[in-house]
Amino acid sequence: VTVTPILSVLPTRGLVDEKFKVALENLPPRFPVTLHSLHQSEDKDYWEAFGYYVSDDRGRVTVSQDASLGGTYTGAEPMGLLWSMRPVPGSRTGLRLRKMDVQSPMVVLISAYKGHVFEGFREQPPMASAVTERWYMAPGVQRIDIRERGVKGTIFIPQGPGPFPGVLDMWGGGGGLVEYRSALLASHGFVSMALDYLSFETFKTHNECLSYFEKVFSIIQQHPQVIKDRVGICGLSLGATVTLTMAAYCKSISPRCCVCISGSHVFPSGVSFAEVFQFKEMDMGKARLDEQKRVIWRDMILPIPTDPQRKVAMGRIKCPLLLVNGDDDQNWATVESAEDMAKMMRAAGNDHLLTTLTYHDAGHLIEPPYTPHFRASNFIVQHSKQKVVMLWGGQTKPHADAQEDSWEKILAFLRQHLYPCPSSSLPQAKL
Amino acid sequence: METNLWRLLLSVQPSRGLVDEKFSVRVQNAPPAHPLTMHALLHSEDGDTWEAFGHYVTDSGGDVNVSEDPSLGGTYDGVEPMGLLWSLRPAPGSRPGLRFRKRDAQTPMQVRLSVYQGHQSEGFMDRAVLASVMVERWYMAPGVRRVNITEGGVTGTLFLPPGPGPFPGLMDLWGGGGGLVEYRPALLASHGFASLALDYLKQADVKNEYFEDAYRVLQQHPQVCKNRIGLVGLSFGSSVALKMSVYSNVIQPRCIVCVSGSHIQHVGGTLADIFADIAKNQKKTRYNEENQVIWRDLLLPVPTDLSKKVDVSQEQCPLLLVVGEDDQNWPVPESADDMREMMEGAGNSHLLTVLSYPRAGHLIEPPYSPHCRESDRKTKPAIFIALWGGEVAPHSRAQEDAWRKTLDFLRENLYCSAD
Repeated sequence: VTVTPILSVLPTRGLVDEKFKVALENLPPRFPVTLHSLHQSEDKDYWEAFGYYVSDDRGRVTVSQDASLGGTYTGAEPMGLLWSMRPVPGSRTGLRLRKMDVQSPMVVLISAYKGHVFEGFREQPPMASAVTERWYMAPGVQRIDIRERGVKGTIFIPQGPGPFPGVLDMWGGGGGLVEYRSALLASHGFVSMALDYLSFETFKTHNECLSYFEKVFSIIQQHPQVIKDRVGICGLSLGATVTLTMAAYCKSISPRCCVCISGSHVFPSGVSFAEVFQFKEMDMGKARLDEQKRVIWRDMILPIPTDPQRKVAMGRIKCPLLLVNGDDDQNWATVESAEDMAKMMRAAGNDHLLTTLTYHDAGHLIEPPYTPHFRASNFIVQHSKQKVVMLWGGQTKPHADAQEDSWEKILAFLRQHLYPCPSSSLPQAKL
Repeated sequence: METNLWRLLLSVQPSRGLVDEKFSVRVQNAPPAHPLTMHALLHSEDGDTWEAFGHYVTDSGGDVNVSEDPSLGGTYDGVEPMGLLWSLRPAPGSRPGLRFRKRDAQTPMQVRLSVYQGHQSEGFMDRAVLASVMVERWYMAPGVRRVNITEGGVTGTLFLPPGPGPFPGLMDLWGGGGGLVEYRPALLASHGFASLALDYLKQADVKNEYFEDAYRVLQQHPQVCKNRIGLVGLSFGSSVALKMSVYSNVIQPRCIVCVSGSHIQHVGGTLADIFADIAKNQKKTRYNEENQVIWRDLLLPVPTDLSKKVDVSQEQCPLLLVVGEDDQNWPVPESADDMREMMEGAGNSHLLTVLSYPRAGHLIEPPYSPHCRESDRKTKPAIFIALWGGEVAPHSRAQEDAWRKTLDFLRENLYCSAD
């Protein structure tokens, strides 16, 4: 059969959090096909996903409506070709897909193959292919390096006259300068600063820490494009603990709202802010290994301490707080922490500020949507430089759903509290 | 005071689209029942400025959705999702006779969409904007490849879709303005057709064999299905397409699209002969009250002599004619009527489809780009302003409808039809 199907992907160039529509036409009726996605990462590894379909009586496959009968995802999943991606067979192990250069897009090749194929995609020609780009940065978003007063970060500024609300974006304990979430936030109208805060090993005292983060917050707050009283903080994992600490203890910082993803109010070790960064003090005794020798850290803060000195004083939080957690988080006991935070805030009378989203079977790394899930990946422990495989947890489909739902709610929460709205004069505490 | 402070959110999806993709433009977070102006600004490669605008009022939630809400005035009115693009026109103070055409098909059009306070109609550059985003509009989808063609004496550019191929092919013949116009074939390649833009007016004495050579180059390309090739012409290019398809033994297209074309031409000669013929009728040139040139009468009346028009009764493949009824440049409606009559007489009119658009002009191009009612034509010895015809809104609707039907026609005949 020499018929060529017509494969289309719209939009051809989208933002990472935009849905696309993949459709095939001009197939014979009731013809089995495999839709396949392929991406080569910046590290040169190949990632792929695929779904099995059968064309309808008119010879069409519409991915947003039709059910995949098998592959890396099943059911009617418009974005399955992206979120169910995994390294191709033969790849190095423990890989994680992350875009470090946000000024170029992720390029994904979508192809249609005859029949239901589960391997050897590179060895046979597809019937048709299309290329789509996925961008973290909308056109015109500016990226500016920040290297001042001992602070290392990147600021992303949205299009337009400004000024804009600001978001300080704090990544997790893996370290480095991770920019993609900030770039995406700027594409949604927030001046956003990604911060590399773990290069600094010289935090000796509680006050040194506080003053560093006060300086960081003031850099974004004083930026000419930022509305001074509309700056929020968003943190993931260790970054969430830092967020809570800043909100509770830094006198000259008043974030308008905070988002904590997969975080805890419990200090990983010891009793002071400085010690948040001194991983050497962490009690590794409670780290476990699973049957595949992957490291599980979730027990390290369990049971949640009753000693108030070992955790952030949640009663001091004065702004709306959104917690986003996965109940299959194997890295940090975030669900238990969230319960304890609610208890502390109820006792202090500020629990009207708290909203908690808990996603069943989602893991630790809850990121912007339509990017792959990793149940475990290679990790370098900051203080010991030890290479381990860290178990993050989560099952692929529930984790993908959590990423999609939580991102929408995070953006709505940030808009509600940071974008001055003409219809009410006071910010609302709950979503 | 808090209650007076508000910040708009402006979003456009997709922010990077193909030229023929619809977008959705939304404003949120404004006060309810609040007047706003949506504005579009485009700088052409020549440095000219084009703008469009629509007047809106926010709903009770403080939102505007351009796809659903009516514009109350501006360069377009009513519910027009794409009005901010198709109603773009040269900014006040621009040189006369401008036409928007993208020479570099590999980079996007960059349109700045902005929101202004109240209902503004001028002086946009001097006012503060409430919000603004940049939107990219691309002729080339990612993965489309551009290949220079210089073999066999043929000059052109081939655009190949992504994927293994082979693909149906198209020979894209632009109009009498000459040059190598790439944007339409780039867009056609983005829809799955290996498309060849042909530069055929470099010399006035181009021979008919040149087109046959170009057709062969396309046919022989390893990524082109040699018996699935169509012709797409605009204006003079349509005349070429009609003539070649009927009289050439080499050029046997599977289908033909003629936009704003006519079959009226001296059949026996070369293009130079055709131009000479047209020049003989110069005295039939008319001028409107703005001294713009109307050339449509130069080919009229439709001849009965078969040596003076292409005998379309011999056409053997499906033919789609796209007609603007207000075409002031060529007698396209009259030609279409005559072609229909000839084909009905010969019994092959089942091959013919005519799309005829009231109040559309000559330059029927891919959708959502600015309409051009008149523009300068640098024909010796002077520069004229040629009148193309058409009114903005009907012409833009014609472009949208004709493009969709053209793509369907090409798919139907080149992808779907059995061998």
